[in-house]
Amino acid sequence: MNTPTRELLFGDLWDYAPAPESRDHVRFEKRYGHFIDGRFVDAETWFQVIDPSNEELLCEVGEGTAKHVDLAVAAARKAQSGVWGKMPGRERAKYLYRIARIIQEKARELAILESMNGGKPIRESRTVDVPLAAAHFFYYAGWADKLRYAFAGADPQPIGVAGQIIPWNFPLLMAAWKIAPALAAGNTVVLKPAETTPLTAMKLAEIFMEAELPPGVVNFVNGFGKTGAAIVEHPGIDKIAFTGSTDVGKRIQRALAGTKKRLTLELGGKGANIIFADAAIDQAVEGIVDGIFFNQGHVCCAGSRLLVEECVEDEVVEKLTHRIQTLRVGDPLDKNTDIGAINSRAQLDKIRELVDSGVDEGATMHQSKCSVPDKGFYFRPTFFTGVSQSHRIAQEEIFGPVLSVLSFRTPEEAVEKANNTAYGLSAGIWTDKGSKLFQVAGALKAGVIWGNSFNKFDPTSPFGGYKESGFGREGGWHGLLPYLEVR
Amino acid sequence: MAKGPERITVRKTYKLYVGGAFPRTESGRYMVARDAKGEIVANVCRASRKDFRDAVVVARKAQAGWAGRTAFNRGQIMYRMAEMLESRAAVFEAALVGAAGMSAKAAAEEVGAAVDRLVWYAGWADKFPQFMGTTNPVASAHFNFTFPEATGVVTAFAAEGSALLGLISAIAPVIVSGNSVIAIVSGPAPTVAMEFAEVLATSDLPGGVVNILTGLRDELAPHVAKHMDVDGILCVGADAATRKLIATEGAESVKRLQFEDDGDVAHWLDDARQSPYCIVPFVELKTAWHPMGV
Repeated sequence: MNTPTRELLFGDLWDYAPAPESRDHVRFEKRYGHFIDGRFVDAETWFQVIDPSNEELLCEVGEGTAKHVDLAVAAARKAQSGVWGKMPGRERAKYLYRIARIIQEKARELAILESMNGGKPIRESRTVDVPLAAAHFFYYAGWADKLRYAFAGADPQPIGVAGQIIPWNFPLLMAAWKIAPALAAGNTVVLKPAETTPLTAMKLAEIFMEAELPPGVVNFVNGFGKTGAAIVEHPGIDKIAFTGSTDVGKRIQRALAGTKKRLTLELGGKGANIIFADAAIDQAVEGIVDGIFFNQGHVCCAGSRLLVEECVEDEVVEKLTHRIQTLRVGDPLDKNTDIGAINSRAQLDKIRELVDSGVDEGATMHQSKCSVPDKGFYFRPTFFTGVSQSHRIAQEEIFGPVLSVLSFRTPEEAVEKANNTAYGLSAGIWTDKGSKLFQVAGALKAGVIWGNSFNKFDPTSPFGGYKESGFGREGGWHGLLPYLEVR
Repeated sequence: MAKGPERITVRKTYKLYVGGAFPRTESGRYMVARDAKGEIVANVCRASRKDFRDAVVVARKAQAGWAGRTAFNRGQIMYRMAEMLESRAAVFEAALVGAAGMSAKAAAEEVGAAVDRLVWYAGWADKFPQFMGTTNPVASAHFNFTFPEATGVVTAFAAEGSALLGLISAIAPVIVSGNSVIAIVSGPAPTVAMEFAEVLATSDLPGGVVNILTGLRDELAPHVAKHMDVDGILCVGADAATRKLIATEGAESVKRLQFEDDGDVAHWLDDARQSPYCIVPFVELKTAWHPMGV
């Protein structure tokens, strides 16, 4: 065991020439209000939206009030009962196909804008976020006229008006995850984008206009938590779909108590990435990197707890130490960037606070020595060893590029530690032995299990959590269920 | 020969059903079950918060083993429950006539439907995972599939409108997928539920998979809703205030909540009350990915 690993001789040893995507191709307005009943409407108060990579102003966006939510719900109701709910599925499908096609046509613009507004590396927005967003519309378009074949023995009917609240980590993709199944099932939508990342949703509104989607079928109301609460509490809403923190998810579940509104929640996670000694260790190390450093770790299903079999712990830690040194942190628009900007100052503060708690509680911090830009919000790839299960960094969702390493001796111990959390969204298992992989996958309380891989997504693949990571699924056949009455 | 005195019948003591045993309520409290004419049927236990918490402990212990059995075996045991119920049909018909004031014909119809409903759900044990499971054609070199698993420990506030069929319609879809259940019976004929516990006790059903408490819904609801080791609540009937309380408190641990309307026996006899979609609220869907390649 413990064969010395060779240090990878690249990273900061070589100066890469900057290779930024040009921003010239992107156009957006100086101000966006809300998108209601098929057109943009002005707001009364406005807030600033910045580029987290340099803290510069991108545009101003309107703050939604109860009045805007009222208008949006009324438009959605009218569209649902008057147009969309009555429209034959094959015609609804064609609108969704159109939207998918236009997203593909505008893929470059959307990817650049997503990286400008959210801080994620262009490498990811152009290969993951945007193609998957288009694929979701394609996938659910095909269901729109096949619903009666989807649910045996049932006569599935739309629910009505769906209120949807999405987070800032995958702004366009989360909008697609929410809107596509809702529309395919014959519902209409009032959606609130996250306050830090509304820009691609506003472009999506333009795409809806270009696709001639009937007015009111999708409405966007911008704003903060207060605007989201107005959607949740609006009596004209039939269903709420929320993706975000477990804390807010619980508040929404409470707020809906005593109403007939249906609810799906896709909440936080503290995913275990389990490395057995018989795994292909080099591949596993790449999987660890994919698991925790993808999208700056702003991923609810991130593999943020590494559980490594004790006899290979030293080897894995050594390899990981070298590997994080090669990750390039910086300009999200640079094609060589692995880790872009943290989405907001507030999130950066939260990451720092939790990292400080890890140091204070006695864990050992390992951090890349790479340089980061002077302006903007950045955090170096980081991991902790000597973490115990009770440490905050082993229990709380950090939502940043910070990994906690724990060890185990037996598969039973790995499962027990992996399940020792209120969350249950994702897990990874690295082993060369199929029977062990299936045994452990069965025992884990998590909604998505990646065997010898991590952070893979597909519109045909259901996504969602166990326990306090929420309920309901997005993606696949199962992703239709929350948007239909089947009984 | 001299004629002896008339024989005195042996009455049954009605207790709770927890962990496969019949304990009394720890609280020592009782409720009086009366028939339709107001005559006393029996004293039944008025389960306490502590009884409920004890039931959660045994239900939790039993759940993994129940879910870990093969689907075939769960189906066999549920079918066995139907057999045990059928063979005691006369007992249940008498109980429904005596305790719930039903006509003999209506009682026979409810018992027959209850047996049939158990058989119907028993058959889903090894089919539901195929009904709801999928292989997902992802656009990458991965094998990807999704299958349902039991949520865990579920508490069911059983129907009050149908003492036997309503109870079975609550329990069967919950346990068929591998959940354990604590059924809280607050209806007008609680002795029927405890007769059913005797069916469970003789059906090879592992102790703790189904637990039955007789008690007051309003008294127990806050404790059920706040219990952090309860994963889901099925609430049949209940007024708006109770439903709101269950949903408000249940949010603290993101419980899976399902509210169903109650109704009379005719409501529960309707085939619409049995559906694979009644199993859905208390299953979790697990999706597994694995790369393909040599």
